[in-house]
Amino acid sequence: MILDYGAGNLRSVIRAVERVGAKPEVASVAAAMDDADVVILPGVGAAADTMRNLRERGLVEPIREYIDADRPFLGVCMGLQALMTVSEEGGEHPCLDVLKGRVVRLPEGRKIPHMGWNRVRQHRLSPLFECIPDEAHFYFVHSYYCDMANPEEVVASTEYGTDVTAVVERGRLAATQFHPEKSGAYGLRIYRNFLLEHCANGTG
Amino acid sequence: MLTKRIIACFDVDQGRVVKGVSFVELRDAGDPVELATLYDHEGIDELVFLDITASHEDRSTVVDMVRRTADRVFIPFTVGGGLRSDGDMMLMLESGADKITINTAAVERPELISEGAYRFGSQCIVVAIDARTEPDGSMQVYTHGGRRPTGIDAVKWAREVVERGAGEIMLTSMNTDGHQDGYDIPLTRAVSDAVGVPVIASGGAGNAQHMIDAITEGRADAVLAASIFHFGTHPIMDVKRQMQAAGIAMRMEHADYDDVF
Repeated sequence: MILDYGAGNLRSVIRAVERVGAKPEVASVAAAMDDADVVILPGVGAAADTMRNLRERGLVEPIREYIDADRPFLGVCMGLQALMTVSEEGGEHPCLDVLKGRVVRLPEGRKIPHMGWNRVRQHRLSPLFECIPDEAHFYFVHSYYCDMANPEEVVASTEYGTDVTAVVERGRLAATQFHPEKSGAYGLRIYRNFLLEHCANGTG
Repeated sequence: MLTKRIIACFDVDQGRVVKGVSFVELRDAGDPVELATLYDHEGIDELVFLDITASHEDRSTVVDMVRRTADRVFIPFTVGGGLRSDGDMMLMLESGADKITINTAAVERPELISEGAYRFGSQCIVVAIDARTEPDGSMQVYTHGGRRPTGIDAVKWAREVVERGAGEIMLTSMNTDGHQDGYDIPLTRAVSDAVGVPVIASGGAGNAQHMIDAITEGRADAVLAASIFHFGTHPIMDVKRQMQAAGIAMRMEHADYDDVF
């Protein structure tokens, strides 16, 4: 199930999930999460807007409870940053606090936004990387990144003036800073791997 | 390392690719969606569609193209041409475009940049700048497809569009466009050095060396090309291999969609 809270990349995420053979349900109400095999949280844009949209739809507590129960969850781009404790984007914005740490501005000295295909280094084995070689490229677009309080939750990172969190995993929670739905075949494989791992028949 | 991007651009008129494209393997070489799909499979990093249809009153053809592209292409793509309001931008983004590009409309009403950036985020607002280096050495912004001089300095305008929220600049040189004789390096470098957002060099690509020069000397973050790919004489991965051999970080893996399932 894909959460619709007005995120700009919703359609791309739906299409990517369909392309790997799943039939996603799209819903904007918390109740729909009860029966979901998996929940995907898309997202682009600003942290403040994202949190406001999630709050207005009454999704904040349900998402926390869902993840606390260690049910399968995938966050994408802003859908990763929204899981953090607080974001410094455009002020100081409390986020879902599911993952401990701050969302901070990328260091000066490089072009911002960090836009384009960057090499992703895998720090440890994960079912998410099945059939994806280490150091494959994925498409990033962001100006802030996740400074994780628990570095062991970072399973892959990329380099852009600093070590940038690229993939986070904790139990059945996974999230990516890059856009798998815009990262070609390997990006689609991320969705495929996530669904294969968590859905009985791999079709979501 | 962040790679440099190669972006293929299609001029589209009433839903058909113009500037003669000759690909024997395509059933319909005039269909932008078929071409986009082919380029994606051949390793292009990003795509741009410029709608050059004279009248923009009815956008259903473009919307249909954007929707079909989003169904089949899983790399980022930008749509532009005649977008004049945040409503126009929203229509393209909601139909599946990742970014929109504005040119003349931004010069005529610069607030359009800020409105788009505020509503949709800077990351999807690409401001296209057409510029010409005049005989006196000044770099002037042109609008209306490069036909109308504005008296605005290109570097100054580039700084302003970034201040207003542009996330990326697509810079076309009117001097070099269409000649396949190399990008305008001084212009590209002047603009790229002046702004903190990525700059796409456009106009003049004829071979891989031109792209290497635009990146190493012009300091472009991405290079845009149309004709050199459309005729199949420069396979995308060949160009990328040459650029990589020149020391430029490129996305070389070339996974086929069928292989990952």
